[in-house]
Amino acid sequence: MNGERVIDVRDLNKHFGDKHVVRNVSLQVDRGEIFGFLGPNGSGKTTTIRMVCGLLTPDSGRGTCLGYDILRESEKIKREAGYMTQKFSFWDDLSIRENLDFVARMYGMRPRRKIVDDALAQLGLVDRAEQLTGALSGGWKQRLALAACMLHRPKLLLLDEPTAGVDPSARRDFWEELHRLAAQGISVLVSTHYMDEAERCHKLAYIAYGELLAQGTAAEVAAAQKLSTWIVHGEDLGALAEALKKSPGVEQTVLFGAALHASGRDGAALERSLREATAGTACRLERTDTGLEDVFIHLMNHAVDRTGFRK
Amino acid sequence: MKTLWTFSFSRWWAMVLKEFLQLKRDRITFGMVIGIPLAQLVLFGYAINTDPKHMPTAVIAADRSEFTRSFISAMEQTDYFRIVGEYPDEATGRKALLRGEAMFVLNVPADFTRDLLRGDRPALLVEADATDPVATGTALGAVEQIARSVARKDVGGSLAYLAEGEPPFAVHVHRLFNPEANSRNNIVPGLMGTILTLMMVLMTGLTMTRERERGTMENLLAMPVRPFEVMAGKIVPYIFIGLLQATLIQLAARFVFQVPFVGSVAALYFAALLFVAANLTVGITLSSIAKNQLQAMQMTFFYFLPNMLLSGFMFPFQGMPKWAQCIGNVLPLTYFNRLVRAIFLKGSAWGDLWPNVWPMMVFTVIVMAVAVKFYRKTLD
Ligand SMILES: Nc1ncnc2c1ncn2[C@@H]1O[C@H](COP(=O)(O)OP(=O)(O)O)[C@@H](O)[C@H]1O
Ligand SMILES: [Mg+2]
Repeated sequence: MNGERVIDVRDLNKHFGDKHVVRNVSLQVDRGEIFGFLGPNGSGKTTTIRMVCGLLTPDSGRGTCLGYDILRESEKIKREAGYMTQKFSFWDDLSIRENLDFVARMYGMRPRRKIVDDALAQLGLVDRAEQLTGALSGGWKQRLALAACMLHRPKLLLLDEPTAGVDPSARRDFWEELHRLAAQGISVLVSTHYMDEAERCHKLAYIAYGELLAQGTAAEVAAAQKLSTWIVHGEDLGALAEALKKSPGVEQTVLFGAALHASGRDGAALERSLREATAGTACRLERTDTGLEDVFIHLMNHAVDRTGFRK
Repeated sequence: MKTLWTFSFSRWWAMVLKEFLQLKRDRITFGMVIGIPLAQLVLFGYAINTDPKHMPTAVIAADRSEFTRSFISAMEQTDYFRIVGEYPDEATGRKALLRGEAMFVLNVPADFTRDLLRGDRPALLVEADATDPVATGTALGAVEQIARSVARKDVGGSLAYLAEGEPPFAVHVHRLFNPEANSRNNIVPGLMGTILTLMMVLMTGLTMTRERERGTMENLLAMPVRPFEVMAGKIVPYIFIGLLQATLIQLAARFVFQVPFVGSVAALYFAALLFVAANLTVGITLSSIAKNQLQAMQMTFFYFLPNMLLSGFMFPFQGMPKWAQCIGNVLPLTYFNRLVRAIFLKGSAWGDLWPNVWPMMVFTVIVMAVAVKFYRKTLD
């Protein structure tokens, strides 16, 4: 199933001063796909998204977005894509209605009045339409921003951390909405920090220090790292994690409350080390599929080794 | 240029509405719109132009007579002069003028009364610090009046036979430091352009940088709006503000400062419209070039300074050195000052205005092209 390519960019590079912020990033997003873009803060997600929609000019690399050249046809991309900025960027000194109205005019939407009214109704903000946007709480601003960037019915949504600071139930609603849109054929590139959200994406890319370290479905990304993972149930897991750090085969340990995840590429060595360390204790070992979180932590550590960066 | 010929009226209008709404809610800017012109008018208009009263005056009386005394007291009665002391000789008088301790020195020569009685028409000498010619001008006018009235008042006495014909003595006036007098009628109309320059450039100078600093620029750039639509849209509300301010200043000039107005109001508004547009394009260009609001402010004042000094507002244009005239010739304020003065004082016909109209138009077009060129279409 190889649908229409909505985003296809190759070898994007971007420097800010002498800082190499995005390194040879290539992304492919298909139509109707929700594509998750993950990576720690400052890894270049926002910069990449801005290059895709023509807000930043890459130093090198090329590609298309919605079939338009990202270097020469950004005007057309802007008309058909909806971009939600990471930082709220609507006008605080305009009312909610005025902001939506401005957007509707910008894209020449008709009938404007009805479109704005519908958007307000869908947001549940009809009663507060005349309020100044600056007075809205963070969660409401986020919803307004999303509604505004979808007002012109874009074919592609570029969402930069749209759910940062939004409460869990609102996040769940938000993701249901995204899946509804995707079912209608709208493509979504969404950056996030949340693992549960990563798992709801059709495809993922993980970026660290400007370098794209993995791309594909969650299963593909997980499999590509060829990690074995064990869960240790028991008590005093902190001390155990400390002890395991230097053991052969144990590349990383992650504490999840009452469970310790230990991963490594050499499954046999990992198992041996774990059995030795837990011998004679009340700890219980259990083999598990490697989760996305384990994979991302592994990728992150790996990136540090590879690029010589320090955390 | 692609950006110029694909103009969307609807997107431009969206910008206009947005700017109006934001302006409406921006109390400080709104206050500035009325407050700054008023403050400037009061500061410039009154400080420079009102009849200053009670100016320090010194006397060098080599001849003391009843006549001298009544002349001095008549001077005091005009309220223009305040006698601050007597000096023994001209040198000390001159020094007082230099130091600013006195603005006028009245010099009554020895034997003045004797010569007067003989009918020799002696002369009184008034030395004036004419650094600010407008300040001293009216006061000096009053001195000549005094000369006549004092002579007439004294006719009851021994000088009765002198009352007929021309005044029995002369008053010689020396304007020191700035012999070429400039009148208030010249300055107040000139204020219109100066105030508009500052206001228009300052207000638009901040609009683009404000969008950038608030992060809303990213949103604007992500929309399919063209640079020219953004800029033209941002300019419109300020055109109204500019015309409002021009009205305010015009009314103040005519009815508060009593500047004669012989020309056509339509011509004045036409000139103001062109001039406001020219300055708004400057403001928006500076705004596009500046990286932040502080830089925009600095550039505004950098632009304001030559306008203030080299446009013929502060100093007569013809009196400036060649290089200064060259700079003055590229500033729209130079042309606007000439237009305003011509309309106010000379009542020039439309045709006579043209030589000062087209340079402003050319200026606007060129600066707008620069603005569109410097408008950053990306966040780089
Ligand atoms: N306009 C800019 N000028 C200079 N440095 C920038 C700019 N934008 C981003 N950066 C730097 O580039 C790096 C990547 O930033 P960003 O793309 O925002 O990362 P992310 O969105 O993944 O958190 C960061 O180190 C950031 O400081
Ligand atoms: Mg970011």
